[in-house]
Amino acid sequence: MSTPIIKVDAISKSFGSFKVLDGLSMQVMPGEKLALIGPSGSGKTTILRILMTLEKIDGGHIQIDGEQLYHMERNGQLLPADERHLTKMRQKIGMVFQLFNLFPHKCVMDNVTLAPMLTKGTPRAAAEKRAMELLDMVGMADKAKSMPAQLSGGQKQRVAIARALALSPKIMLFDEVTSALDPELVEEVLNVMRKLAAETDMTMLLVTHEMGFAHDFADRVLFFDRGRIVEEGKPDEIFRHPKQERTQGFLKKIIAAGHRV
Amino acid sequence: MTQWSGYLGLILQGALVTIELTLMGSVLALIMAFLAGMGRVSRFFALRWLATVYIEFFRGTSIFVQLFFAYFVLPLIGLELTPLQAGVLALGLNVGAYAAEVVRGAIQSVGREQYEACIALNLGRWQGMRHVILPQALLIMLPTFGNNAIELLKATSVVSLISLADLTFQAQVVRSQTGNTLVPFTTILIIYFALALIISWGVRSLERRMARGLDGVRV
Repeated sequence: MSTPIIKVDAISKSFGSFKVLDGLSMQVMPGEKLALIGPSGSGKTTILRILMTLEKIDGGHIQIDGEQLYHMERNGQLLPADERHLTKMRQKIGMVFQLFNLFPHKCVMDNVTLAPMLTKGTPRAAAEKRAMELLDMVGMADKAKSMPAQLSGGQKQRVAIARALALSPKIMLFDEVTSALDPELVEEVLNVMRKLAAETDMTMLLVTHEMGFAHDFADRVLFFDRGRIVEEGKPDEIFRHPKQERTQGFLKKIIAAGHRV
Repeated sequence: MTQWSGYLGLILQGALVTIELTLMGSVLALIMAFLAGMGRVSRFFALRWLATVYIEFFRGTSIFVQLFFAYFVLPLIGLELTPLQAGVLALGLNVGAYAAEVVRGAIQSVGREQYEACIALNLGRWQGMRHVILPQALLIMLPTFGNNAIELLKATSVVSLISLADLTFQAQVVRSQTGNTLVPFTTILIIYFALALIISWGVRSLERRMARGLDGVRV
């Protein structure tokens, strides 16, 4: 068995007096597809944001690909990571946001090529060639010259996925990527993610309320509640035979709300 | 009958000085605005402090006093300035202090999600600022920059007090030589107004050009 690509060890995080993550630990194997589910405020989005270094942690350790994320080793001592270390670590991770976060002043092509050109020094021609391949994969090649404001939500999200992929991260984080979409646009984004999962060996972590998709997509499902992982297992175990009462209660509510499992 | 054409020439010369002052002052103001405005959002305390002191000082004291200070007091410590240099310096620093707050406000009004996208794409702070934040912030700054430029244009009239031959100065010359107040001052009123119109028209067309695409209408 290989070593985990993500190792989260006893992470705690509070916003003011609200404890979002309470000694959370988890491990993810390379290439694994993980679905993080649970009620809002349970900490599932926060752990993604922490992995992307968008939030600081209050305590604990995280290892990405064998290296400390928030700490660096100097003469056998663990020191808080500086900007340079974080920059190095961020190369391994990409993220897609609920609200796309495209750059509104740049066309689709420039959205995708900006980061490779700036952070990796990729020449424009090579960056654009790669961008076209990615845009083609997400079905957006014909919109390369469009501005984000001209796109539908689903199209924006597919561009955002291509943009994150352009940096070839080992780990991709998807934070409720279909929650802000009109129902009829959800499927086009999910299709792209299915394709991605089938065609690449990227490690993917997905926070979602689409239980049906989580069931089909994930190798493993983690149920979050109150800053902890209450239950985890194969999709069938979690969705068909949840053991914990809180998992059962949550799934019941989700089904009652009309989501298909 | 007064020989108005000669006096009109005088006033037009003054207009050139006013335009020159406005342009040079605006350039200095713009430079100061970006330096101080970005200093205000710096992560270094010393830079934030320096920017704050500059802004508060130049907003909090009169442009009139600043000009006299530049022209009459600086020579006492060996810094001799021509009236034009003193005028540009005082106007640029004064208006730059106001515009710096515009820069800061615009930078801070760009959504948090844009900063987060920069981090997720691993852009450095300066890269994100230069390629993502500032281009969006610039559009927010423009209308207020237009106001600032018009303020600067109008404030140029104070330089007549250090005998720089701008519009206002020339109008006074004409008045004292002809005894007529109505004609010279109506003339410069119209010229000031026309210049202000040109500025607001220019800023607005710049704004339109930069906004293209952001609202989905670019073809």
